[in-house]
Amino acid sequence: MDVQTLGITVLWTFLYGYLVVASIDFGAGFYAFYSKYTKRDHLTNKLIFRYLSPVWEVTNVFFVFFFVGLVGFFPDTAYYYGTALLVPASIVLVLIAIRGSFYAFANYGSNDSMFYTFLYGATGLLIPAAMSTTLTISQGGFMRKTEETVTFLGTKLFTNFYSWTVVLLAVVSVLYISAMFLLYYADKAKDDPARDLVRKWALFWSGPTILACALVFFGLKNQAAWHYENILNGNWWWFAASFVFFVIAVTLVYLKKNYGLAFLAVMAQYAVAWFGYGYTHLPYILYPYIDINKAVVNETMATALVVVFIFGLLLLIPALYLILRLFLFDNDYVSGKHSKKA
Amino acid sequence: MFNDPVMLSRILTGLTLGFHIIFATVGVGVPLMVLVAEYIGIKRNDQHYILMARRWTRGYIVTVAVGVVTGTAIGLQLSLLWPSLMQVAGQTIALPLFMETFAFFFEAIFLGIYLYTWDRFKNPWLHWLIGIPVAIGATASAFFITTVNSFMNSPEGFKIVNGALTEIEPLKAMFNTATPTKVSHVIVSAYLTVAFILAAIAAFHLLRKKALSAAEVTYHKKGLRLTVIAGLIFAFSTALIGDFSGKYLAKYQPEKLAAAEWHFETTDEAELIFGGYLDEQADGSYEIKGALKVPYALSILAGGAPSTEVIGLNEFAKEDQAPLFVHYFFDLMVSIGMYLAAISALFVIAFRLKRLNPYNKWILRGIFIGGPLAVLSIEAGWMYAEIGRQPWTLYGIMRTADAATTSTHVGPMLILFSLLYLLLGTVSSVVLIRMFKNNPAGKELAEAHHTRGEAMFADDKK
Ligand code: HDD
Ligand code: HEM
Ligand code: HEM
Repeated sequence: MDVQTLGITVLWTFLYGYLVVASIDFGAGFYAFYSKYTKRDHLTNKLIFRYLSPVWEVTNVFFVFFFVGLVGFFPDTAYYYGTALLVPASIVLVLIAIRGSFYAFANYGSNDSMFYTFLYGATGLLIPAAMSTTLTISQGGFMRKTEETVTFLGTKLFTNFYSWTVVLLAVVSVLYISAMFLLYYADKAKDDPARDLVRKWALFWSGPTILACALVFFGLKNQAAWHYENILNGNWWWFAASFVFFVIAVTLVYLKKNYGLAFLAVMAQYAVAWFGYGYTHLPYILYPYIDINKAVVNETMATALVVVFIFGLLLLIPALYLILRLFLFDNDYVSGKHSKKA
Repeated sequence: MFNDPVMLSRILTGLTLGFHIIFATVGVGVPLMVLVAEYIGIKRNDQHYILMARRWTRGYIVTVAVGVVTGTAIGLQLSLLWPSLMQVAGQTIALPLFMETFAFFFEAIFLGIYLYTWDRFKNPWLHWLIGIPVAIGATASAFFITTVNSFMNSPEGFKIVNGALTEIEPLKAMFNTATPTKVSHVIVSAYLTVAFILAAIAAFHLLRKKALSAAEVTYHKKGLRLTVIAGLIFAFSTALIGDFSGKYLAKYQPEKLAAAEWHFETTDEAELIFGGYLDEQADGSYEIKGALKVPYALSILAGGAPSTEVIGLNEFAKEDQAPLFVHYFFDLMVSIGMYLAAISALFVIAFRLKRLNPYNKWILRGIFIGGPLAVLSIEAGWMYAEIGRQPWTLYGIMRTADAATTSTHVGPMLILFSLLYLLLGTVSSVVLIRMFKNNPAGKELAEAHHTRGEAMFADDKK
C-alpha cells in the first residue's frame, strides 16, 4: 500500500469512528431534549448522561484528529477547503463550541434548565446536517477556482436537491444510530422502561434511514456521474452488504433479541457503506482539484506521520480499552451503582 | 482596515488564541497541582488535601470544556484564515500538530476516568496514578503546540530550492533553535499562573475570615501554603528561563528584542528601558522620554555581561521592524514576573521567620491580585511574542500578508466569534462562581465530619 492510500485509510477510519461516537452523542442530545419536552426525562435522561459524561471530550478529539491529520497528510486540503469554507466551517465551529461547553455547564455546573437542554438538542441535529455538506462539496461542482483564489458557490449548494438528501440522511442516521446504541445500553442497565421507549425510537427511525440512503444513492447519478460510475463498476456490493446488515439489525430489534449484536450490525452497516463510499470516491478528496496521488505530503513527513500514528495507537488502544471497560462494559457502572463524581 | 482580510484574520487569530490561552494555561497547570494535593492528602491521610484536589478538579472540568471547544476552533481556524501558511506548515511541521492530537486523546480518556473513579478503588493510590497521564497529556499538548510556534520563529529543517520545499527533516523542524527556551518558558509560566490563581482563591477566602469556620480557616491556610510555595519555585524558574529567552532573541531574532527595548543603536553596555514613551523627531528618529533606564541591564539580559554588544533596530529596514508598542507588553510581563517572585518570597519568608504573620491582610491582598496579574502576564507575553514577530509569520520565510486567506467574509466571522467568546466567558464565570458559592468548602468539611468516608461526596451534583 502506498503512503497516500495508507494515510487516507487511517483518516477515513477515524472519521468513521467519529461518525459512530458523535452520532450517539448528537442523537442522545436530541433525545434528552425530546424526553424532557414530553416530560419523560425521568425514564431516559439519567441513562443518557451516565454514558455521555465520561466520554464527550474523547468524541471531540476524534474530530480534531481527523482535520489535523488531513492537513498533515494532504496539505492542499488546507488551501482549498480552508479558503472556500470559511463561513460554513465557522458556523459549525460556533455550534460545536456552544454544544460542548453548555453540555459541561449544565452537567457539572448543576443547572439543567430547559434552555440548556434545548441548545444541546438542537445543535445535535444542526451540526451533523452542516458537516454532511462537506461530503456533498467533495463531489465537485460547488467551488470555482481562479488564479488567485477559490470561491465557494454557497447558493448553488443551498438550492441543490442532492445536497438536501445528504443532509436528511445525516440527520436520520444520527437518530437511528443513537437509538440503537441507547437501546443496547438501556438493556445492559436492565432499565426496562427506558429500554422499551428507546426501542420504539430505534424502530421508528429505521425506515427513514434506509429511504434516505436510497435517495442519496440514486441522486449521485445526476450529481457526480464519475462517482456513480465507480460504484457501478464492480463496487455496488459494499452497499448491498450494508443493506443486509441493516436487515439483520432491525430484525433483531424487532424480535427483541440480542441488542448488543444488533448494535454491532448497525456499526457494520455504516462501516461497509462508509468505506464503499470512500473507496469509490478515490483518488479524489475534492473533485477534481485534490487527487491523493498528487496532493500527498512529501515522503519524509508522510513516513514520520505514519510512525507517530503507530506509536500513538499503541498508547491509545489500551487507554480506550480501559475507558470502555470502566464505563461501557462494567455492569455496576452502567446500572448506576458507581455514578458518583468528583 | 475592516475590509482587509489580512488585518481581520490577524485580529481574529489573536482573539481566539488570546481567549484559548487562558483556559489552556489552566488546563496545563491544574492537573499538576491536583496531583500534588492528592499526593499529600493520601500520604498524610489528611482529608483537607483530598478535598482540595476534588474541588480544584471540579472547577477544572468547566475550564477544560471551554479549552477544548476554543482549541477546536483554533485548530480549524488556522486552515480557514491562513490557508497558504498551512499548506507550507503541512509539509514541514505537521508532525507535532499530529502528535498533539494523541496527547489530547490521552488526556481526555484519563480525565474521563479520573473524574468518575474517586471512590471506585479500594487503594487510593490507584486513583492517584490515573491522574498522572492527565497531567502528562496536558503538558505534552503545550509542549507540542509550542514547538509549532517555535518553528514560526525559527523555521528550520527544510530547504527552499526554486520555490519548492526539499530536504525536509520533521524532527529538526520540531526541535529548532527556539524550541528549548520557548517550550520551557511557556510550560513553567503556565504552572506559575495556575499556582497563583489557586493561591488567589485561598487568599480571597482568608481575607473574609470572619465568615469562616475554624475548619475552613485551616483548610484555606493549607491551600495557600501549598500554592504559594509552588508559586515561588515556578516564579524563579520562569524568570530564569525568561532570561534565557532574552538571550535567544539577542542572538537569533535581534530585531524582536530591540523592538521590545526601544534599542535603536547597536552598542555594548546597553541600558534597559522601562516604561516611557516615544517622541518622534523631525528626521523620523525617536527620542525616548519619561523612561526608567537601568544601566547595563539590557546587555546582561542579552548576553550575561555588560560588555555584550546588543544589535539595534536601525540595522533593519523599516518594513522588517515590528511595531514599537510591543515594548509595553514586554515591560508588563517582566514587572509582573518580578512581582510574583517577590510576593511569594515574602510569604514564605514570613512563614519561616514566625515573627512575621504570613496571613497578614496586606500579604493576602498581594497574593490575591497575583492571580489576575499572572493571567495578564501570559497575555502580555504572547502579544509580545506574536506581534513582535511581525511582519513575518514564518520568520524570514513567509510574510503574514502572504499567508492570509483572500476571503472577503472574515469581518462577519470576527463579529460572530467575538460574540461566542463573550458568551462563553460570561457563562463559564457564572457557572464557576455559582458552583463554589452553593457548595463552600465548609459545607463539605462538615458533611465529611458527620458522615465520614464514602458518602461525603456522594451527591454533590445538586
Ligand atoms: C506568567 C507569565 C510570565 C511571566 C511572569 C514572564 N513571562 Fe516571559 N513569556 C510568557 C509568560 C511569562 C509566555 C506567555 O509564556 C511567553 C509568550 C510566548 C512565549 O514563548 O512565552 C513569554 C515570552 C517571553 C519572551 C519572548 C520569547 C520569544 O518571543 O521568543 C521573552 C524574552 C520573555 N518572555 C522574557 C521574560 C522575562 C525576562 C521574565 C522575567 C520575569 C518573564 N518573561 C516573565
Ligand atoms: C495555534 C495554537 C493552538 C492550537 C491549534 C490549539 C489546539 C487545541 C485544540 C484543538 C484543543 C482541543 C483538544 C480536544 O478536543 O481535547 C486544545 C486544547 C488544549 N490546548 Fe490548545 N491549541 C493552541 C494553543 C495552545 C497553547 C499555546 C497551549 C499551552 C500553552 C495549549 C494547551 C492546550 C491544552 C492543555 C488543551 C487541553 C484542554 C484543556 O485542558 O483545557 N494550546 N488546543
Ligand atoms: C496561545 C497563545 C497565543 C496567543 C495569545 C497568540 C496571539 C496572537 C496574536 C495577537 C496574533 C496577531 C499578531 C499580529 O498579527 O500582529 C497571532 C498571530 C498568529 N499566531 Fe499566535 N498566539 C499564540 C500562540 C500561537 C501558536 C502556539 C501558534 C502556532 C501553532 C500561533 C500561530 C499564529 C499564527 C499562524 C498567526 C497569524 C500569522 C501571524 O500574524 O504571524 N500562535 N497570534
